[in-house]
Amino acid sequence: MSDILAKYGPLAARRQALLGSGGRDPFQLRIDRLLSPTRALIDGRETILLGTNNYLGLTFDPEAIEAGREALARFGTGTTGSRIANGTYGLHRELEQAFARFLDRRDCIVFTTGYQANLGMIAGLAGPRDTILVDADSHASIYDGCRLSGARVIRFRHNDPEDLDRRLARLERPEDGAVLVVVEGLYSMLGDVAPLAELVEVKRRHGAFLLVDEAHSFGVYGAHGRGLAEHCGVEAEVDFVAGTFSKSLGAVGGFGASDHPHFGLLRYAARPYMFTASPSPATMASVLRILARIEAEPELRTRLWANAHRLHAGLRELGFSLGAEPSPVAAVVLADERQAVWAWNLLLEHGVYVNLALPPGTPGRRSLLRASVSAAHTPAEIDAALARFAEVARRLTAAT
Amino acid sequence: MSERAAILETVVAILREQCPEAGEIGPESDLVADLAIDSAAAMDLVMEVEDRYDLDIPLNELADLRTVGDLVELVARHLEGRQG
Repeated sequence: MSDILAKYGPLAARRQALLGSGGRDPFQLRIDRLLSPTRALIDGRETILLGTNNYLGLTFDPEAIEAGREALARFGTGTTGSRIANGTYGLHRELEQAFARFLDRRDCIVFTTGYQANLGMIAGLAGPRDTILVDADSHASIYDGCRLSGARVIRFRHNDPEDLDRRLARLERPEDGAVLVVVEGLYSMLGDVAPLAELVEVKRRHGAFLLVDEAHSFGVYGAHGRGLAEHCGVEAEVDFVAGTFSKSLGAVGGFGASDHPHFGLLRYAARPYMFTASPSPATMASVLRILARIEAEPELRTRLWANAHRLHAGLRELGFSLGAEPSPVAAVVLADERQAVWAWNLLLEHGVYVNLALPPGTPGRRSLLRASVSAAHTPAEIDAALARFAEVARRLTAAT
Repeated sequence: MSERAAILETVVAILREQCPEAGEIGPESDLVADLAIDSAAAMDLVMEVEDRYDLDIPLNELADLRTVGDLVELVARHLEGRQG
């Protein structure tokens, strides 16, 4: 019989090639100590963190830490049970109600991770007799949720309402079942946003349901921070919203929310909700606190956006090609994988951490250095990071 | 020219655009081994084919896609289904 891991031979060869070009495995980076939301010790070096998705910089909020500590002491380290057994505490319900109120939705369901929120929402909503239309650049959790649902899954061109329209027009047979369109708010690789107003118009015309994953846009867009749908003024037309606690909310977990009168049935049907341990009490307590801060402090978003514009303008000035218009994600597009790995290593050696994103996980097979800013970055930190990017640009120019 | 031969010609033309450095491309060409088309690139390839023929090929049907011939067969089946 053959080795069960033999199929990963090409993957192993690719990993070896990556190590050969830089010496360090970019996907096994170890952070030794966090000094703040924006700084850490990596390889003994103080490093500016410019790739953490910690958009509002609230991971060290003293009251959230205290609330988590108190929940840990009162409720223990974990629930040891799923939501449908012994894993629903008052804190879980309290957080669900807080989210429903914040999002102005009839009901909200909390999931254990953001990944599971997408799995649970998609596989809970769509079944084998339904059809899902998914934006081509969707996150892996969306694709995995589609697969788990057993529905017929059709991909439409990224951010292309006309392509969605054409494909929806071809789905008019009874056997196509209910139709669910799934898009993201802010796409995390390139930092571009969905044309929600146009997408909503198309889905309404065809009688489809729309799920928007606001994982990267929650806390970032909208007057209240509810996400891109709020920013675009189309919340009433978005049937379902999903999100994560692991970006602006600074924790681990996820949520789904809706005004649909029967949305609560997902608690009895969504396997990623039912068959996993519920989120820890400490997480629930800290997220409750962070949500209150997002609600009370719109100036967090003002700072975040000022930093986003500063970084974006600085990178453009250095001559880098960027993936999209300014957003809290700035994706520097490099020539190829080898160059991206080289630049990523150079930045790290100079005390700046960004995400390395390589094909096939990137749109258009681009090799990216993905930077994300936080409200907690100081302008001086952004400028210091830009100075290191300038060194990358200088060496790239010298090499050509 | 049979319908399958015409589809093959179209698919090969698309592949020529996507993999300009590829050598001979025929029905037996393996998408991964011969053309270096990974799972993400295969989805993009299918999208191009969908546009040419104005049809939708669900992702659920791509799991068994190994060769150029498999893709031709898939497209032919969808076109026949549409006519039927």
